[in-house]
Amino acid sequence: MTRSNATAELIDPAAVATTTPTPGPLRLSRARFAAEPTKATRRIILTVVGVVFIVPILAMVEFSLRVGQPVNNVQAYGFTHYLAIFDPANNQAYSNLFQGIGNSLGICAITVAIVLVLLLPTMIFVELKFPKLRRVLEFICIIPVTIPSIVLVVGFVPVYSIVAQIFGSYPWTMAFAVGIIVLPYAYRPIAANLAAVEVVVLSEAGRSLGAGWGSVLMRVILPNLRRGILASCFITIAVVLGEYTIASFLSQNTFQTALLLVQHTDPYVAVIFAVLALVFAFVLLLLIGRLGSLRPGGTRLTRRSA
Amino acid sequence: MTVSTRTAATKTAADLAQREGATVELLNVVKDYAGHRALTGVNLSMAPGEFISLLGPSGCGKTTVLRALSGLETITEGRILIDGSDVAQVPVNKRDIGMVFQAYSLFPHLTVQQNVEFGLRMRKVDAASRRTRAQDALDMVGLGHLGERYAHQLSGGQQQRVALARALVTRPRVLLLDEPLSALDAKVRVQLRDEIRRIQTDLGITTLFVTHDQEEALAVSDRVAVMREGNIEQVGTPEDLYTQPATSFVATFVGLSNPVAAELAGETVTAFGMSLPLLGTGPRDGAVTAYIRPEDITLSSAESATGIPATVVVSSFLGSLRRTQVRLDDGTLLFVQHDVRVRPLTGDRVMLELAGRPVAVSVRE
Repeated sequence: MTRSNATAELIDPAAVATTTPTPGPLRLSRARFAAEPTKATRRIILTVVGVVFIVPILAMVEFSLRVGQPVNNVQAYGFTHYLAIFDPANNQAYSNLFQGIGNSLGICAITVAIVLVLLLPTMIFVELKFPKLRRVLEFICIIPVTIPSIVLVVGFVPVYSIVAQIFGSYPWTMAFAVGIIVLPYAYRPIAANLAAVEVVVLSEAGRSLGAGWGSVLMRVILPNLRRGILASCFITIAVVLGEYTIASFLSQNTFQTALLLVQHTDPYVAVIFAVLALVFAFVLLLLIGRLGSLRPGGTRLTRRSA
Repeated sequence: MTVSTRTAATKTAADLAQREGATVELLNVVKDYAGHRALTGVNLSMAPGEFISLLGPSGCGKTTVLRALSGLETITEGRILIDGSDVAQVPVNKRDIGMVFQAYSLFPHLTVQQNVEFGLRMRKVDAASRRTRAQDALDMVGLGHLGERYAHQLSGGQQQRVALARALVTRPRVLLLDEPLSALDAKVRVQLRDEIRRIQTDLGITTLFVTHDQEEALAVSDRVAVMREGNIEQVGTPEDLYTQPATSFVATFVGLSNPVAAELAGETVTAFGMSLPLLGTGPRDGAVTAYIRPEDITLSSAESATGIPATVVVSSFLGSLRRTQVRLDDGTLLFVQHDVRVRPLTGDRVMLELAGRPVAVSVRE
C-alpha cells in the first residue's frame, strides 16, 4: 500500500494517462476484438471492396461500348459490338464461341449431376452411418484446392488418354475432371447445411413415424438441405464456367478457351462475354445469399434470429 | 335451443384413444458396441397402459434400452416382445411405436400441422382424415391454434408438445419418451411433465420414459426402473424405491441418503449407539453401511439432553422444507431435513436424533 502511494506521487499522472493503457479502454478494446464491426467500418469495407470490383467491370463495359477510334480525343460510344453478336453475317466468326458456351453448359449440367449423384449421397450416408469418417471425407474433398490446377491437369492428361479411348474425345468428358476440381467448393455449402440441421435426429424421427429410408431422404433430409444443395450447384456452375486450364490442356473448346481465341480477332466481343459471365456469376452468388437467408415460411434469417 | 359447440378446450385425448395399450417385454437384452457392453441382459415387463420410467446416471444404458425397443438400435442378444410377438428384427418404421426425442426433432421445413400429419401420410391416410386427426392431436396438447407455424416460431415447450402430438396421432402401440423435458426450463418442465402423464392416462398407452431426473421419474411413473452399468437394479413403484431400496446404489441414487457406519445383528442395525430396524433383507451380521434418509433425522437445540452433538455447516431453504448439513464431532457429514421455521445458522451447535425408522444397509467396503 505504502509503495503504491509512493509510486503514485513520483509519476506524473498526465504521463501515465498518455503512456499506460488504463483498465477502461483496455477492456473496451478487448470487447471490440472479434466483435461485430461498427456501421462506419462496414461502410468503409463495403466501399473499398465495391470499388475494387466495380472499377474493372465498368472499364470493361466502357471498352465494349466504344465505337471506332477517338477523334480529336473524343471517343464515340454505342451498342455496335453488342448488335454485331446477333448479326447473321458474323455467325461464322462467333460460332466457335457459341459452341464453347454450349459445351461449358453441358459440362455444367454433368458436373452438377456428379455432385448430386455422387457427392451428396456420400455426405448424407457418412453423416448418418459413419460420422467418424466425416473428417476423412472432408480431407479428400479439400485436396483439389490445395493442389495447383496445372499439377492436377498434368496428372489428368494420361488418364484422359484412356477416357478418350472409352468415351471418345468429347468436351463433356471434361466433367469428370471438373467434378474433382469443384469438390472443395461443392462440399462446403452442403457440409455447412448438414452441420446446421440435425440430420440424424430428423431421420430417426422420420423413421419412428413410419417412413422408410427413401421417404426419409426425399421428404425429410433433402428438403432441409435445399439451401446447401442449391448453393453447391450454383458454385459448381460458376467454377465450371470459369475453368480454363483443364480445357486448354485437354484441347477442348469451352467458354473460356473460346473467349481467349475470339479475343485475338474481336476483343470487344470477348469483353462483352466476359462481362456477361461476371454478371451471371454475380447473380448466382446473389441467389445463394438470398437462399441462405431464407427460412421456411418465407421469413428472412437475421443475424439475431440465427 | 342448445347449440353444441366443440371447442379445442373440450377435446380430450379420448378422441385419439382407439386402441388398448400393449404389453412390452424385454428378455435378457444385450447390446454390444465395439468392445463395450452397453446392456448386460436387461429384463423388463410392462403391463398395458403402464407408465414406466428408466432412471439412472449418465451412461447407464437407459437410452440404449429405449432405442433398442424403438428399433433404432439392433440388439446383440435377447428378445423384445410387444403384445407377445418378437419385434427384435422388425425395422423401426414397422414397429408402430411413437417416440419423442430429447433434441427438438420437428421437421423444420414443415408447418406444425404438416409435422403432425407426417406419420399419417406415411400410413397413406387420406387427406381429410389426416387434417382432422392432426387437428385433434394438436388440440389435445393445447396447440390447435398454431398449426400454420413453423418449428422456429415455437418455444421449446411448444415444440415438444407438437412432437408429442406427432408421436401420438398415429395411435401407436407404445410411446417412448427420450428425456423430452431435459432442454426445457424448470417451470415448463413441470407443466409438460404433468401434461404428458395426463394424456398418457387418458389414452392408456404403454409408455417408457427415460430420464436422469429422479424427481421427474418419481412424480409421473406407475413404476420406476433404476439402471446402473447396463442393467436394471430395481423396478418398483416410486414409494417402494424410496422406502425399500433393494441395493445400496438405489438407496443412494433415489432420494438423498446419509451413508453411515453401522453394525448389523440379525434384524437390528446399530448406528450412533441407537438400534434401528433393518429394511428388507441384509447381508451377514457385522460391519455394514446404513443409509439413513435426511427426514429420518431430527434436529434439536444444543440444550437438549440427549442426542448426537453436531455443528451446522450450511442450511438451505428449499421452499416447503429446509435441508441442513451438519458435521459430527468425528467429522462425519450428514444431511438433515426439517421444518422451514427452524433456521440454524452456520456454526450453531445442535443435537441430532434418529427417528427410528427402518434403514437399508449394504456390506461396508
